Order: sequence, then C-alpha cells, then structure tokens
Amino acid sequence: MAERHNPMLSLRGLTRRFGGLTAVDAIDLDLAKGELISIIGPNGAGKTTLFNLVTGLDRPDAGTVSFEGQDITGLSPERLAAEGIARTFQLGRVFGNLSVMDNVLIGAHTRLRAVRPAVPVIGPLLELGLALLRPARVKDEEERLREEVKAILARFGERLLPRIDQPAYSLSYANRRRVEIARALALRPRLLLLDEPTAGMNPTETAEMQALVAELKAEGLTILLIEHKLEMVMRLSDRVIVMDEGKKIAEGPGEQVRTDPKVIEAYLGHGLSGVTEQESAA
Amino acid sequence: MSSWLDYTINGLIVGNVYALVAVGLALIFGVSRLINFAQGSIYLVGAYIGWVAVVQLHTPLPLTIIVVAAAAAAVGLIIERFGLRPLQNSVRIAPLLATIGISFVLDQLVMLTFSPNPRALPSQLPDVRFQLGGGTIGPLDLLIAGVGITSALLLFVFLRYSKLGWAVRAASQDRDAAMQMGVDVNRVNQAVFGIAAALGGVSGMLVGMYYNQIDTAMSLQATLKGVVAEVVGGAGNVPGAVIGSLLLGLVESYGVAVFGTSYRNLFAFLLLVVVLVLRPNGLFVSARQAPPEPLTGTFIAPSRPVRIPRWALAVAAAGFAVLPFFPVSFYVLQTLINAWLLGMLALSLTLVAGTIGQVSLGHAALLAIGAYTSALLSLTSAVPVGLAIIGGGLMSAALGTLLISPSFRLRGHYVSIATLAIGEIVSLVILNWESVTRGPIGISGIPPLSLFGYDLISPSSVYWFSLAVMLVLALLQGRLLTSHLGRSFRAIRDDDIAARAYGLSLNRYKSLAFIFGGFAAGVSGGIAAHLYSYINHETFNTQQSILALTVVILGGLGNVVGAIVGSVALVGLPEVFRIAAEYRILIYGIVLLLLVRFRPQGLLGTI
Repeated sequence: MAERHNPMLSLRGLTRRFGGLTAVDAIDLDLAKGELISIIGPNGAGKTTLFNLVTGLDRPDAGTVSFEGQDITGLSPERLAAEGIARTFQLGRVFGNLSVMDNVLIGAHTRLRAVRPAVPVIGPLLELGLALLRPARVKDEEERLREEVKAILARFGERLLPRIDQPAYSLSYANRRRVEIARALALRPRLLLLDEPTAGMNPTETAEMQALVAELKAEGLTILLIEHKLEMVMRLSDRVIVMDEGKKIAEGPGEQVRTDPKVIEAYLGHGLSGVTEQESAA
Repeated sequence: MSSWLDYTINGLIVGNVYALVAVGLALIFGVSRLINFAQGSIYLVGAYIGWVAVVQLHTPLPLTIIVVAAAAAAVGLIIERFGLRPLQNSVRIAPLLATIGISFVLDQLVMLTFSPNPRALPSQLPDVRFQLGGGTIGPLDLLIAGVGITSALLLFVFLRYSKLGWAVRAASQDRDAAMQMGVDVNRVNQAVFGIAAALGGVSGMLVGMYYNQIDTAMSLQATLKGVVAEVVGGAGNVPGAVIGSLLLGLVESYGVAVFGTSYRNLFAFLLLVVVLVLRPNGLFVSARQAPPEPLTGTFIAPSRPVRIPRWALAVAAAGFAVLPFFPVSFYVLQTLINAWLLGMLALSLTLVAGTIGQVSLGHAALLAIGAYTSALLSLTSAVPVGLAIIGGGLMSAALGTLLISPSFRLRGHYVSIATLAIGEIVSLVILNWESVTRGPIGISGIPPLSLFGYDLISPSSVYWFSLAVMLVLALLQGRLLTSHLGRSFRAIRDDDIAARAYGLSLNRYKSLAFIFGGFAAGVSGGIAAHLYSYINHETFNTQQSILALTVVILGGLGNVVGAIVGSVALVGLPEVFRIAAEYRILIYGIVLLLLVRFRPQGLLGTI
C-alpha cells in the first residue's frame, strides 16, 4: 500500500469538454510503479481522450496530471516523451513512408545524446552540423540504437525482422500495430500507454500480443491499457477502470468489476447476463 | 473627415468584391477541405468574358452579368469534373497541386488569347457621383454593393431552403455521414464549384469595370485576397468570409489612406499572417476546435524510390563536368547554367516541401533575399563576391526561417497560404524599403562572379562554378537525408502528431529544414544576381516558385537526384523543342497537372 501513496501517475479531477459534451468527466486515477491498469468502456466513453490528456496531445479544461510527483498538466507531448511517457494510437499512426527500422528509431529519438547536444540557443545548429559531419561518437550512438531496434523487433518473432527495410505502408494492419509498440519500447518508457493494441487482430495474433504485454509487465514496466477484449483485460490487469460517458463508473480487480451491475448496464443498456462471453468473443 | 468617409465607402466596396471571391472559396473549402488556388483564374476569365461581351458584342449590362456568370460557372464545372474529381481518392497534396496547375494553365490561356497588355473595360453605367454624407458614391459602387448583397441573399436562400443546398451543408458538416445518407457528393461538388465560379467571374468583371482596366496579373492578386479574406473569416465559414472580406477591404483602404498605395497589399498579407498566427481557425471560430485538416491520411504518394547506383551518378556528374571541353555552343552552356541555378532552388524546395512536407509557394522570396544580400554586400561593403554569395545564403537561411516560423504550427494547405503571403510580403518590402533596396529602381552594376580575385567571365567558368556549387549542395543534402534528421523530417511529414508524441519538436526540425533549404536557395539567388548584374523586386517572382514546385514534383518529392533531373528536364526540354517563351508556363502547368493525375510520385519516386 505504500506505493499507493506515491503513485507514478496520478490524475485528479481530469475533465475535458467538447462543446456541450463532457468527454472526460472528473476522472481520478492512481497508477503505481509496475502496475497495469486497464481502462474499459463502450465506444465514445472517453478512453482515448483520457490518453490524449495524459500524453499532452490535448489539454484538460480542469484537473491535474502528475507523473513521478511532478505536475505535468498541459505540458507538450514532446516534453512528456522526454520524461519517459510513450503511447500507441488507437488507429495506428506509423510513419507510412519510413522503413520499419526508421519508424522504431524515431521511438528512440529522445535518447539521442551525442547528436543532440543540450546546449541552449545554438543546440539545433550544432545538431545540424553533427548530423552532417557525423563524428565517431554520433556514428557509434546510431549504430548502438540500430542494434537495439533489432533486439526489440526480435521480440515479435519473425513478424517484423524480415521486413525491417520495408516501408511501413506496405505492412499488414497487425504488423503496423506491432511497429507502433516497438516504437514505444524504443523510447525505454517509464510509463507505457497502449490504446487497443489488439484491435483488428485475429485470435492467434491477439494471444501473441497478450503474451508480449504480460512479458513487459513482468519486466516491471508500468502500463495503462485500453482494451475491448475482456479476456485479455482480466488476465493482465492488476485493476480495471470502467468508463462510460466520460465518468468512471467502476474500479477494482477484474472479477469484481465484471459482475458490477453498473458495468453490465453500461455495456448492454440493461441488466442482461452473459456480457463477458459476448465481449470476449468480440 | 469627408475623405475618411470616402475611404470607408471605398473599403466596403472593395470588400464586397473580395467577398464574391471569398464566399466561393469558403463554399469549396467547406465541402472538400480544399483551398482552390484557381479561383483567381476564374475571376480573370470572368473579366475577359465581360470584356468580350461589352466591347465586342455590346451586350447591355444585365445580359453581360448573366453571360459572365454562366460562362464562369461552365469553367468551374469543367475544373471540378476533369481537374479534381479524378483525384478524390488521391493523396492530400494532390488537389492542392492540381488547382495550382489549373490556375497557371487558365492564366496562360487568357494571356495567349488576349495578349498580356492591359485592356480597358468600360463600365456601361453613367459617370455621375452622388453626395453621401461627406463622401461621394457612384452608380458602379451601388451596383457592386447590390450584386454583393443580392448574391449573399440568393446563396442564403439556396443553402437554407433548396434540397441541394441542404446537401451542400450536410456534406460540409460531415462528408462521410452525408454520403451514407445518400447525398450525391459529386453533385454537391458540382453545385459548389459552379456557384463559386459564377461569383468569382462576376467579381472579376465588376473589378475590371471599377478600375476600367483588366490584365492577366489580376488572377494571382484575386486568389491571394480571396484566400486572405476567407482565412480571416475562418476557412469554410461562408458568413465569416463575407465579414472577413469587408474587414480586409477596410484595413487596406485605411492603410492606403495613411501610408500610400504601394502599401495596400502589404496590409492584406500582414493581416493574414497575424490571423494565421493568433487565430489559425479564423476570427469567428473558437480557437479550441480541432483543426479542419484531416488528422490522418497520407500526405504524399507512397512509392519506392528508383535507386540509381552511385557510380552512375558519378559518371553523370563527370560527364557534365567535362562538357565544356567539347565543342558545345554557348547556348547549351547557358541553358545548363540556368538548370543548375534552378537545381539549387529545387533542392531547397524538395527538402522543405518533400522531405518535411511544408509545401512552400513563396520559395522565390528566398532567392530574392539571397540575391539582394549578395548584391548589396559586394556593391556597398566591397565584400568579395564568393563570400557575398555565402552571405546571401546565410541571410536567406536566417531571415527565411524567421519569417516562416510563425506558420510552423499550421498544417497542410495553410502552410502553402502562409508561404505565399510571406513571399509577397518579401517582394513588397523590397519594393518599399528604398533606403536599402533602392525600391522599384532595382540594383544595377552588380559585380560579376569572381573567386579568389579571379573574375569568372567565360561561359565555361560560370558553368563549372554553378555546377560545382549545386553538386556540393546536393551531396550535403544527400548526407542530411541519411542522418537522424532525414528520418525526423520525414516522420514529421508523415504524421506530425505521432512525431510530437515521440519527442520531435516541430519548431526545431522545421527550422532546421528551412535553414538548410534557405541556404541553398539563397546561394542560388546570390549567384543569379552576379550573373544578371541587375535585379529588382520582380526578378524573383511567383512563376519561379511554381516552376520549382513543378520540378520537385516531376523529380519526386524529397528526391535529391530527382530535383536535378527535373531541373534539367524542365529547363532543357523547352529549349530542345524550341518552344516559344510564352508557351512555357502553359506547359509547366500542364506537366504539373498530368503528373498529379498520373504519376504523383514523380519520375524517380518520393523519398
């Protein structure tokens, strides 16, 4: 319980309105180091908007986000990436014309040190100069990262390695999702946000992805997961948060949440039974 | 006091004219998220059809208006059907480029048919002035106001009460949903282009009558003013476009009253840049709405670039290097020198437009900054020419990046508008800042190229010099593309949101791309200044910007070798086929259109 008092990520009263619609409504959430929390809820519940607020792609109208004790509300996404927050996107946002290698290398961008000297004002000009001259330090760093990218891609078995030089637009949908996760891992994140990593995947592919996420959790990575496949949610999550119409309607261990009448109503409108079977089959 | 009322009336009348153009742009943007750069060309066509009707057919005024509206609408329908509809499922950049190409083709066709000389367009109305308060107002003013208000009312009734009008509004709110509900989007597009073109054509005719003069330079100005008014009002917002137009008319009119006529356009473009920076969604749209650009989708055509082996490139370079040893004519060398200078500009533009995805339409401004800097350094400060050219490149890199930086947070078509406006601002500042740039007189007696004290006068030495500079710039750019910056630039182009989420600062990397590209363009302008020995504010114009863009598309966006191949092709082929100068721009426009339609990835593929 000590960890609960000093969570890695902490949301307080986080709210975002679009016109008359409150997409995220006073959400509180604490995520401890090494914990995996899943956020579930029907489409339009505000899950992705919540991710956007945490990663700086959108600004909240009210409430705070803190990360490792620091208030990070409203910081730019590039700052948050440098702080160690990585995410994947619901619809899959790979860089279509970049090779798999380059896509994943972009993930490691915030870790480039030799070629991005932390000098104020003239830093960018030095970066341009170093990119053109490429002294040994810069070359070594790039080489090291390339090796690391291969190691990350190897986690996906033979899915991505043989396609390492292919442009991302030529990949299958499932492979694009894998590239996104590889890109996020290349950042060496302290906090990883996964937005429906298995969307559009068949059962075999879903099982592979589930095994990978379990592995990442076992390695101690702190993960916030949006997922519709309840089977996977139940197996992986330390806790589950259910959102509906922007509000948190339930929170707790998976088994407790899946029988919560409010949750069943949110999914099916009325207290019908059999929700879990239908959802996990979906 | 009375003169102020006059300026107000004049501002509102001119604003009314802008509104006719801007409303059309807003309608089109609303339905297809496209800024129609050909709108000014339709305005031009309208003015010339008006001239034919009035001067040759002697039609009475009401008939003239109907003829112009119908003919312009027909042009609009043709543009929609053959220029844009085939590109519906194409990449985002394609329709934008197509309207630019269409605009050049239409302008050139008008110019070839009617000659570039200005013509008088008589107003057909009695020349009397009525007293109104302290100012005066003429029948033509009233006609323009009447046409403006009547069209606004007709449009309102159409959008509000007709079935097709409903479909237009539905499609502009949510195109996909409208399609699923059975709205025929093609018919909506047709309606919108027809209406926009009719309004634009009538507007051109009225302006011709107002100033009693029409010429082919009207087109670009009208597009620019219409776009300014539309963006000020909020892109796609029809009432906003009307208010934006009146505001623009007033700002210009008061600006002219205080500072003089030559500042008119400067005010328009400054207004645009201020609005784009402070409220990119326009004055009447809440700033927190999502940007109207689509967030996903491929910006450029995906393709696998053609790989040319290094030895082949080296052989080609060596072949061009030894060319002057063979008995080739001065004419061939001169043509290739032009190709190398254009090649440097194309390298710059292919980096900015292709690699990082900022389609700049004002790239000639970078040439101008480099040329003026280099010319003035060598003339007034006696800096050696070689150093002065480098100074020109550095100034272009610094000033160009500074000027464009407010637009770094814009996306898609807005970047093109901002760069177009900034290009115009640069040329207007050159025109008006007489103490430094010598204003409209230009700079003459610029010393010839020289290096380490040796003058480069002979054609071969100029040829080698420009080829060498271009090759060095190309090699540097090739090296840049293989560095982490190359992939960072391309990532920002492909998806700027995902790029930011992985720590790529848009300001930082767009600045670096413009610094590198600005240097190449500035060096090209600097060399050109010393070759021409005379430059003025019109030496580096929008035509060059569009030519460079065509070269870049031809070679393949972002493709270094492609930029050079494209330059040689577009400078060389017209010479080989001895195409007369006045047809060349027409051909560039047609080439651009054909490429966008049939080979959007260019000859060598995008990188």
